[in-house]
Parts: sequence; structure tokens; C-alpha cells
Amino acid sequence: MPAVSKGDGMRGLAVFISDIRNCKSKEAEVKRINKELANIRSKFKGDKALDGYSKKKYVCKLLFIFLLGHDIDFGHMEAVNLLSSNKYTEKQIGYLFISVLVNSNSDLIRLINNGIKNDLASRNPTFMNLALHCIAFASEIPRILVAGDTMDSVKQSAALCLLRLNRTSPDLVPMGEWTARVVHLLNDQHLGVVTAATSLITTLAQKSPDDFKTSISLAVARLSRIVTSASIDLQDYTYYFVAAPWLSVKLLRLLQCYPPPEDAALRSRLTECLETILNKAQEPPKSKKVQHSNAKNAVLFEAISLIIHHDSEPTLLVRACNQLGQFLQHRETNLRYLALESMCTLASSEFSHEAVKTHIETVINALKTERDVSVRQRAVDLLYAMCDRSNAKQIVAEMLSYLETADYSIREEIVLKVAILAEKYAVDYTWYVDTILNLIRIAGDYVSEEVWYRVIQIVINRDDVQGYAAKTVFEALQAPACHENLVKVGGYILGEFGNLIAGDSRSSPLVQFNLLHSKFHLCSVPTRALLLSAYIKFINLFPEVKATIQEVLRSDSQLRNADVELQQRAVEYLRLSCIASTDILATVLEEMPPFPERESSILAKLKRKKGPGNLPDIDDARRNVNGNTEHSEKTETTNKVTLVRTASAYLLNLNSTPTAGASLLVDVFSDSSTLASVEVSDENFPRFVCKNNGVIFENQLLQIGLKSEYRQNLGRMYVFYGNKTSTQFLSFSSSVTCNDTLKNHILSTSSVDPIIEGGAQVQQILNIECVSDFTDAPVLNVQFRYGGTLQNIAVKLPVMLNKFFQPTEMTSQDFFQRWKQLGAPQQEVQKIFKAKHPMDTEVTKAKILGFGVALLDRVDPNPENFVGAGVIHSKNTQVGCLLRLEPNTQAQMYRLTLRTSRDSVSQRLCDLLSEQF
Amino acid sequence: MQFMLLFSRQGKLRLQKWYVPLSDKEKKKITRELVQTVLARKPKMCSFLEWRDLKIVYKRYASLYFCCAIEDQDNELITLEIIHRYVELLDKYFGSVCELDIIFNFEKAYFILDEFLLGGEAQETSKKNVLKAIEQADLLQEVSNTGLHPESFVNPSCV
Repeated sequence: MPAVSKGDGMRGLAVFISDIRNCKSKEAEVKRINKELANIRSKFKGDKALDGYSKKKYVCKLLFIFLLGHDIDFGHMEAVNLLSSNKYTEKQIGYLFISVLVNSNSDLIRLINNGIKNDLASRNPTFMNLALHCIAFASEIPRILVAGDTMDSVKQSAALCLLRLNRTSPDLVPMGEWTARVVHLLNDQHLGVVTAATSLITTLAQKSPDDFKTSISLAVARLSRIVTSASIDLQDYTYYFVAAPWLSVKLLRLLQCYPPPEDAALRSRLTECLETILNKAQEPPKSKKVQHSNAKNAVLFEAISLIIHHDSEPTLLVRACNQLGQFLQHRETNLRYLALESMCTLASSEFSHEAVKTHIETVINALKTERDVSVRQRAVDLLYAMCDRSNAKQIVAEMLSYLETADYSIREEIVLKVAILAEKYAVDYTWYVDTILNLIRIAGDYVSEEVWYRVIQIVINRDDVQGYAAKTVFEALQAPACHENLVKVGGYILGEFGNLIAGDSRSSPLVQFNLLHSKFHLCSVPTRALLLSAYIKFINLFPEVKATIQEVLRSDSQLRNADVELQQRAVEYLRLSCIASTDILATVLEEMPPFPERESSILAKLKRKKGPGNLPDIDDARRNVNGNTEHSEKTETTNKVTLVRTASAYLLNLNSTPTAGASLLVDVFSDSSTLASVEVSDENFPRFVCKNNGVIFENQLLQIGLKSEYRQNLGRMYVFYGNKTSTQFLSFSSSVTCNDTLKNHILSTSSVDPIIEGGAQVQQILNIECVSDFTDAPVLNVQFRYGGTLQNIAVKLPVMLNKFFQPTEMTSQDFFQRWKQLGAPQQEVQKIFKAKHPMDTEVTKAKILGFGVALLDRVDPNPENFVGAGVIHSKNTQVGCLLRLEPNTQAQMYRLTLRTSRDSVSQRLCDLLSEQF
Repeated sequence: MQFMLLFSRQGKLRLQKWYVPLSDKEKKKITRELVQTVLARKPKMCSFLEWRDLKIVYKRYASLYFCCAIEDQDNELITLEIIHRYVELLDKYFGSVCELDIIFNFEKAYFILDEFLLGGEAQETSKKNVLKAIEQADLLQEVSNTGLHPESFVNPSCV
């Protein structure tokens, strides 16, 4: 190597770097840097024009300062100047600075583009490469790439440059005739060109697979040549005795964009390649260096990925599985990690599921002995993926025992996995109940609400396990210290099914009650609320403890509890127990009806946690315990008297937020079903009839504000969600639902960030079109997590027919002429109503204008009366509309008359407007 | 590959190359987080870890950590060898490279990386070819340093 390369004469730079390194303290370093920055700034600003060398030196210093972690806010201009220098070194530094420091949104881009353009146009390959490295624009590149006379190294840069462009702004380089020629680069003699081109083709093929189908055969041919070549054939492209590992991996990646080749010959050639790769893994290593084994195995793992992707050759799948099995016990941690990871995907293939299962002992062993938490995590994943009915008990037991010592970071996930497996593969529900209780005992803090809701759902839905569950929770509660989650489950289950074990004197009603009540004072408010509900259920189940419980409810600590929720429950339950007859009590406090059956909410949670696709699908022919049939949520409550409804809602409501209401034990994740149980807030709805902006909903946590604008039949609504707390809202989502007639009225809803920071506000935009006249309003459904609790809010959105009014001015004569034309009885709607607000002429005028019609002066002979006209625009039709409002101040009454060509419109408008005065 | 970071055992950043557009604030945050995570790991642990929705591949050479972030479907082992090849290139160029070489000649370290990787993909995996390209660039530099106009420099392989 030429010695000149080191430092290449920029002595100032070297001195500066040494200075920095000699700084004893952070303060000294900052001081030195500030001094240098001031110096450079003055040099750049100075009157004397700097020569290229000094410019280069200072720009280099700035780069170094940036690398140290300081912000650089000047020098960009100088760097751009360097770009247009004729000297290579200056140009090079200019490019470096720009590619490290300049963001694509900078306004310098135009200047930079010029420099790049000039360099691309030059015939100097080194300059062209520099430019390609930093590229920000496009159309010339395909030409450079496929031109016959372009140098190889330039082709390589051009290919990757195109790839980059295609990822960032695909419209800059439209596909064209060059695409076909790009595929042929796979045949290029220069392996470097093939390597670069394969990356490009893979990216393009992912976007439009059909256009690049021809690449399959070329890729297979190339791959075949590589894997069969002697290791020295490829000269410098052989890496530690492995022939072109990078290219092989890339070709295998490219093939993963497509299904197995249809052509039989091609297919068998590919299979041959894959077999060769698998065979090579069995050969003794050609070198002891880790680089050799890494490169070889990189190709092997990519080949296995392709085999799994094709999922069509059972022999290859099983061979792959055996190969991975060997790696499970390899001394290289990296290989064990990757083998566990790959096997996870193999487990989901029907061909290799059984083969994967044979490694269960090794995987369990890995869980116990691996020293690296990330490897253990992979082992947990694999156990989860390979679990089926035959090995569920073993796997669940192992996971539970691992949980006792597991790292905190992965506990919650393991808890979810255990809960899912236990539910999914339970034949015997006593096992399921035991498992979940164990889960709470071992890792109570990590047992999320979904998990314990679920166990209750299942116990309630299966009467064969209820007695056992009652007995088990009773026993578990005997422990001197038990987790609050256990108290919750215990309270709920004993409240429902305590009678099933009451025959035994050791668990007589009084014993049960005393046991529960002994935990009461140690629990948080939500749990106490749940316990109070359990107590009132006890009063119904066991009349003999009624007096004791009433005594407890009556105590000051309950009746005068500072917490409203607890106080209310105590008061209501006490009254209920005093005044209601046994019959009423029995009806109100009846056993909970079965829950609607659906996909486990825990599974949904895990899916969300891992992201879709990352979770191997273990859902084969076996169904969930609860199956997947959807029932209407309402079955829970509709056929009961109102009192039952309140009581059961209360029993469920631990969160004491009114809107979360009865949704607690129902599946909190499936949107459509929760809606039924959330009360739609329409409190503020009428306020928006005559105005477009304001607050539509507000509680302690969230404020929803609206701003809307309408033009003819189109509207746009800005919804603002304000987090009133200081804590993040997580998993925030909102959607708009409407009934069928309204469906096409909502054109689009923009997406909202799933996290709203404390105190922050986010905006969502709805586009609305009035297709035809309508009466219903869409409902905005908002969900988010606040401190571990899921909040559900539904708000009726003020999208109303009158919003699509266009005011119409007309003369008195015109008005009365039309008024007469619309004289048919069904076209007119009239309403006489009492004034709700003071009768102020100006306010009334403002309201009528806000309603959307033009206020017509001097049309009505009586100046006290208000007359308005407008046209409602919908996509299908336009409906003309006339209105007349006659106040009677003496009687404090109004008479409102509406005439339109359509009866439904008249009715709706009259309903909307009459509520406003 | 989304980005590559080089940092010392003390957590000092020596080189950063980003292949995805991110704000400076975001870059700093990521760097801080990753340096911490990687430095906390013990020597015998595996070289891969899941981080956000990316995979991190890292390896330590003497006092320097080389750390790459790749996407879900990317190959971990081959990335590990990308790191190694880069180290080999640096080594060959500087002649048993050490951290100081990279500190004082960071621009060269960048140039070599750019010859090897472009836009996060391996551009040229042949060691010889990469070094040849760098050598040519250095020659060009010498020529321009001696005052010759670079346009008059004719690259023999270009003809």
C-alpha cells in the first residue's frame, strides 16, 4: 500500500485529533472543540478565499467533530464547493461530508445534484463512482447500468444505486426496456457485477414478481455453477474455501421471491443444488477458521430458508431438520441460536413438524443450560411452536419450571405462551385450572388481565370444571401470602360457585367468606370492588351468612369509604340485600351466563406482542376450547331485567370508568364485539347541529375535539385526541363504524399513531361524502390502554344531513312560489315546541345560519318570523329546502315548519333543528 | 443492512454509516441504546440479538465493536462475515489495523467501507478488487497532489 495514504498531508487534522485525544476531561474536550469550531467558522467567513486544500482540511475537521457526537450546523456550503473541485481528494471529501451529514430534505440538494450530474457526465470512472455513491437523483442510471461499454465497477455501483432509489422513491426510475437487460446481468462474467445485480433484482422482483420471472432460471443456473465449482475456481470470490458465499446467499434470497419452479428440469436442478449444499454441511471442514464455517453455514441457512419457503419437498425438509438438530448441540452459540430460530419455522410445516418434535429434549435442555438469554428466548419460541396435544403437558410443565428463574424481560411473554398452550391443548380442564393457578403463583405480577379473565371465562362456560375450580382456588387462597390476581380469580369463582364446595364443613360458607375477607384489606381498590360483588353473591348463595356480610357492608370503612366506587357498591349491595325478596335477589344475582365464544384474547395479545407473521401458527385442526363461533354480545344481558343488567355489569366492572362498562370479561380485542357493550356517548352531539367545531367528548383521561368543514356534498372532519394525563396511552386505535345505509358516506379515515404521549394531542382526518339523505350518525370507536387497563370509548360523530346545506338567497316572491309548489302534505313537517333557551333574536339568527340555510330578510310579512332556504347536496340528488320559524314570546313557544321535496329530509331536518331553541 | 456502527469498549463512537434516512435525534438515540446493549453482553454470548424489529449482528475485534443492523429476512452469518471482510480490508490497507488508524484516518475507513458496501448491500466482495479501487483512488490523489490535472489522468482499464 502506498504510504502516502496515511494522513495524506493533512497535518492540521492529525494535530487536532491528537489534541482531542490528549484532553484529560470531557470539559477540556468540549473547550478544544469549541475553539476549533470558532476557528473554522472565522476561516469560512473570512474575506480571504480559501484554497481547496484548506477547505478540505476544515471540512474534515468538522466531520471528525461530528463523529465525536457534536452537532454541526455549518460547512455544508464549503462541502458542496468541494464537490465541484477538479481535484480528486477534494471531491472525495466533499462527497463524504455530504453523505454523512446532509439529510435528503436539505435545500442544498439542488446544488449537490448539480455536482453529481457533472460527475456522472464525465468520462472519468472514479468520478462516476463517487457520484453514484452519493446519488440523489435518477434517470441516467439504468442507461449506465446496461450500457455495453460501462466499466464493471461502475456497473456495480449503478446497480446498487438503482436499488437504493427504487426503495426510497420508485417513481424516479420507471421500469422500462432496461429491466429485461438487468436480468441478464446474472450471466455477467464479473462476479462482482452479478453480486450487485442480484441485490437489485431481488428488490425489484419483490415489487413486481411477474416482470422478473426470467431471473429464476438464470439464478438457478448461476447457483448451480457456484455450488459445484471447486473452491479455488472463483479465485478472489472464494472466501475461506467457500465459493462466493455472498452471491450464493443473495441468489437463494432471490429465489425466495418465487414459488418452486414449475419447469420440472429446472426444479430438479434446484433440488440438486440444495442437496449439494446440505451434503457439503456433512463434509469435514476445509479450515478450522470460524470464517470458513460461518460462510458455509450462511449459505446452508439460506438454503434451508428456501426449502421452508417452498414447503414442498418432504425429504429436503426432513434433511434440513436433521441438520438443524445437529446444530442444536454445536459448541458455537451462534449456530445454536440460528438453529433454534430456523426450527421454529420448520415446526409449522406439516412435513417436518414431527421431525422437529424429536428434538424436544435437546430444546428443553437448552432452556435449562444456555447462558445467553437471547438463546433461551429462542428455545421458548421453539417449544411453543412444536407444542401439540401429544407433548403439551411436558412442554407446559417445563415452561412453568423455567418461569421460576426466567429473566424478567421475557416473563410476560412466557406467561402468555403457557396460558395459550394450556388452554389450547387442555383435554382435562382440571389440568388447565391448575396450570393457570400455578402461573399466578409463580409469576403473578406478569399475569396480565387477559390471562385471568380467560380462566374465569372458561370456568363459567364449562360446568364440569366449576366444582374443581372452586375447590382449588379455595385451597390456593389458604396460602399465607397469595398474589392479588389469585384473590381476584378466587373471589370471582367462589362468588359464583362457592356453593359447590359448601357441603364440606372445612369450606363452609362462613369459612369461605372469612378466607376471602382476610385478604380484603391487603388488596387494591379494583380487587376490593370485585370482592364486594362476591360478597353480595354470597348473600344469595348462602342466606346463613347474610347477617355477617351485611355487618361488613355496613361498617364505616365500607359505607364511608373514600373511594366512590367502593362506597357505591357497599351502599347499593347493602340496600339490595335488605329490601329485595329472596326471589328478586336470586334473579338479580343469578349465576353468570356463559360467555360468548371466540378466539382467545390472550392469543390476540401475543400476536400483537410478536407482530403478525412472527408467531408460528400452531392452530391446526384442533379447535380452541371455546371454538370460534361468534355470538352476539347481547345474549349476556338482553333477556334479563334491568336490575340484573346493572348488577352483572357491576360485578364485572372493576375499572370504575363508566365507559369501559360491561366489557371487562368479554374479549377486549375484537373490535366489533366490544362495540355492542360500550355505551355510545351522544351527550354533546346536539351541540354540533349548528356549529362545526368544539369538544365532542371528554372524560378524566381523554378529550376529543372536532373541527369540520363542508363544501357541497363533501366534508372533512379533523378529530383531535388529547391525552389529559401525564402517562402514555398505548395501543391507541380509532375507527369509524356506521350502519349499512351510511357505509359509503365515510370515504377515508387517516391512521393514528398507536402511542399518545402524556399531554400530547394527535389528529385524525375523516373524509366524508353525502351519498344520499340519511338520519343515522356514524360512531367513532376509540380504544387505548392506560396504565394496564383497556379503555373503550364510543362517540356519535356529528355528521348530519344539514351539514351539506348550501344556502340559497331568494326574493320574497320566489320563496312563496316555491313554498306553494312544495305543498303536498308529506313534504311538510311541522313541529310546535316549548323554548328551552331564552328567546333571543340574534342567537336564533346565528343558529339558523349555523344550521346552513340562508336567512331571508323581509320575506315573511311578520318581521318576528325567521325564514330560510337552502339546498342539500348529496352525490345522487339535490334537495331544495325551505324553512320557517315562528316564535311566540308570550307563550315561550316556537312553531317550526319545513318543506322539502322529500319527506324523509323534511322530517330529519325538523328533528335536528327543533332541538336547538 | 440498515446501518453500521463502530465503537470502542468505552462506548466511543468511531464510525457510523446509515443506509436509511433518519433524523439526527433518532440516530443518536439508537446509537446510545445499542452501544449500551452490546457492551453489556458477555463474551461468550451469541453475536445476534433481536432489537426492535431489526436483528443486530455484532462482533468485537480487540477494543473495537462492529455492529450492524439487518432486517428480519437477512442472513445473520453472512453479515458477520461482512464485518470480518471489512476488518480484513482495513487490516490489509493499514497493515495490521488498530483503533488509532481508524481514528486518525476515519475518512479512509469510510472510503474503504463505501467501496465494499453501497446502500447497505455488498457491492464488491473480492478483497483484491476493493483494494485495487482504493489504491487507484490513492494514486489519483497523489497525481493531483503533485499538481497534475486529474482530467489528464487516464485510467488504463477505462480505455
